[in-house]
Amino acid sequence: MSTAVSVGAGATLSPPLSIDSLVKRFAQVTALDGVSLEVRSGECLGLLGPNGAGKSTLIRSIVGRVVPDSGRVAVFGFPSDSAKARMALGWVPQELAVYPRLSCRENLVAFGRYHGLRGPELKKAVDWCLAWSALKDRAGELAKNLSGGMKRRLNMAAGILHRPKLVLMDEPTVGVDPQSRNRIFEMIEALKAEGTAIIYTTHYMEEAERLCDRIAIIDHGHIIAAGSGDELVRSAFASRSQVVARFDGEPERIAQWVETHHGRLVDSTAQFTIQRSTEIASLLDDAAKAGLELVDVSMRRPNLESVFLHLTGRELRE
Amino acid sequence: MIWNIARTALTALRRDRAALALSFVLPVVFFSIFAAVFGGQRDTTPKVKLIVVDEDQSHASQQLVRALERESSLVVSTRPDSKKSQPLPEYSAATAEAAVKAGDVPVALIVPKGFGQNPIGFGSDNGATSLELLNDKSDTIAPQIVVGLLQKAAMTSMPLEMAEQGMKYTDRYIGGLTPDQRKTMEDNLDNLRKTESDRTSNGSGNSDSNGAGIIAIKTRAVVGQDKRNPTLSFEAAAIGVMFLLFTASGSAGALLDEAESGTLDRVLSSRVTMTSLLAGKLTFNTLLAFVQLVVMFLWAWAVFKVDLFGHIPGFIVMGLCTAFAVAAFGMLLASTCHTRAQLGAVSTLLILVMSAVGGSMFPRFLMPEAMQKAGLFTINAWAIDGFTKVFWRDLPISQLWQQISVLLAIGIGLFLIARRIARRWESA
Repeated sequence: MSTAVSVGAGATLSPPLSIDSLVKRFAQVTALDGVSLEVRSGECLGLLGPNGAGKSTLIRSIVGRVVPDSGRVAVFGFPSDSAKARMALGWVPQELAVYPRLSCRENLVAFGRYHGLRGPELKKAVDWCLAWSALKDRAGELAKNLSGGMKRRLNMAAGILHRPKLVLMDEPTVGVDPQSRNRIFEMIEALKAEGTAIIYTTHYMEEAERLCDRIAIIDHGHIIAAGSGDELVRSAFASRSQVVARFDGEPERIAQWVETHHGRLVDSTAQFTIQRSTEIASLLDDAAKAGLELVDVSMRRPNLESVFLHLTGRELRE
Repeated sequence: MIWNIARTALTALRRDRAALALSFVLPVVFFSIFAAVFGGQRDTTPKVKLIVVDEDQSHASQQLVRALERESSLVVSTRPDSKKSQPLPEYSAATAEAAVKAGDVPVALIVPKGFGQNPIGFGSDNGATSLELLNDKSDTIAPQIVVGLLQKAAMTSMPLEMAEQGMKYTDRYIGGLTPDQRKTMEDNLDNLRKTESDRTSNGSGNSDSNGAGIIAIKTRAVVGQDKRNPTLSFEAAAIGVMFLLFTASGSAGALLDEAESGTLDRVLSSRVTMTSLLAGKLTFNTLLAFVQLVVMFLWAWAVFKVDLFGHIPGFIVMGLCTAFAVAAFGMLLASTCHTRAQLGAVSTLLILVMSAVGGSMFPRFLMPEAMQKAGLFTINAWAIDGFTKVFWRDLPISQLWQQISVLLAIGIGLFLIARRIARRWESA
């Protein structure tokens, strides 16, 4: 077996991931409600959605840990529960799913063996992974003794050890410091450079903007939008801009006034979408008439955060 | 403040239902087991199994055997049980000894030829024919019960022989009886013969009288006669199995930890299937348990002189079978319990109950019949029986087939159930 995963002749024409009308229900709750999605070769797809939107169920369906009620998941054209799909897939779960009492090297050897790697091939893969995750000098350290960021990197290394062509990363930067986060970004960018297709779920919009070529927003088990960051902003806001203003006064009065002007209050900040910059003057004039004291005001181009809020009515980190 | 701390602890305990149940259920369960074994239920007091070989077939010997059969605390057998319509031949001295050696019964009584001619002996040097009692040295209670009951049976079942013997002694020690005295004695003996004949035909007997030392009994240990400490190998097996069960429960906890941390999910997303995962854990836990047994018996050999190296084949076979069954038990616990807390509660309850009923805490032969039968549903009982056969009775591996089969069957059965239950981890 070569270090890189072979997914078989003919499969190269199939996309790394193809999901068609996936439905999954848990008792009365519909976690996935007809999700369809495709990931292209070498592409990093950001999967964004509030808590409970169905992200984890979708990821677990792809790795075969959830059996869908209907629909189809194909990895390079193979059913997701097939041996070929498993070999082509790498999964970095949100939990630190490594053996705490094994060293970094021992963990990687164990997971390498579970993926069928043996002998020199296994050793080569482990060495590559240790270098990729910058854990070479900590290879003999027990996983439980690593720092939070190192544990995250080991967690990622265990998921890509067998050099899969499609990697699912479920919030890989949760709870890590900015320095470790940058290190993780570099690791992901290295994978992308090699042509690995990636699905990346996160609550951090800046991560999605930096790493992802395309973004899919999921809510209530539906993919409600998909495209590049610019495409999503354009489709949600066209040429409109956002005005962000802060007022002093009674919160209830402010909230009532913002609502009557079709705005949103986010963290005590009023947000309005406007078509032309001249609309700002009339907006502030109305506020003054309503007795609200303006603290500061700014205008900005909508970003992914705005798109998310616009589409789901919720903040990304809710 | 003290009350606040207590109230918080109470709230936490109420949330942990398994721990709460354990706090109240475990003492009650244990009290019931100990009460059943040592007190209260007198009607189920264990009976001593006794093989009787009557080589004499005299009137006196037959009377004695019948008296023993009437004893409620004995289960007397003169021939092996047969499931066929044709009864098996009666025990001989040799087959009775083999039965004691095999552990079928703790005691066998041999009534030798000539016993009926000279059954009673007052004092130690009296020329009476001795009965032979073959016993297993590990059971110190059964032979004492049988000796006591034998003396009682002799007193109550052989008045004629006692009177005749008494007349002989009188005749010998007072320098001879006069013809009148002899005639009177003979008349009285005739009356006694007639009374005894009537009593035999009525089937009644006086079991209230008591006595001791009127028949000679030689006791011979046929099992463990050269062993230094009768209970040592039993203890090693009994305690060993109990702690193997605890270790298996601990190893099972590792699987729950992996499930909780997400490692299990990750492993199952690779080439590893649930069956191979459980089989791998079973293999590891079996080897771990076996190594534990090895260490324990090596210690017993080094410090307590248990003859480990004289029983290596039997030890390996019994050790592996026991370790396998125990490991499978651990797998079942792991797949059944959902949390560490549940595992702790359930495993403590099950292991202590199994150990109590299965003979790890006190020998099963001390338990009432029903409890002894219940013990057959435990790994402990079969493992202890097997190790006892190896180390105490010096039996070959071929004699362990029953214990081996049962332990393997338990192991396979528990593993299959565990595999079935583990489907909950496979996918949602």
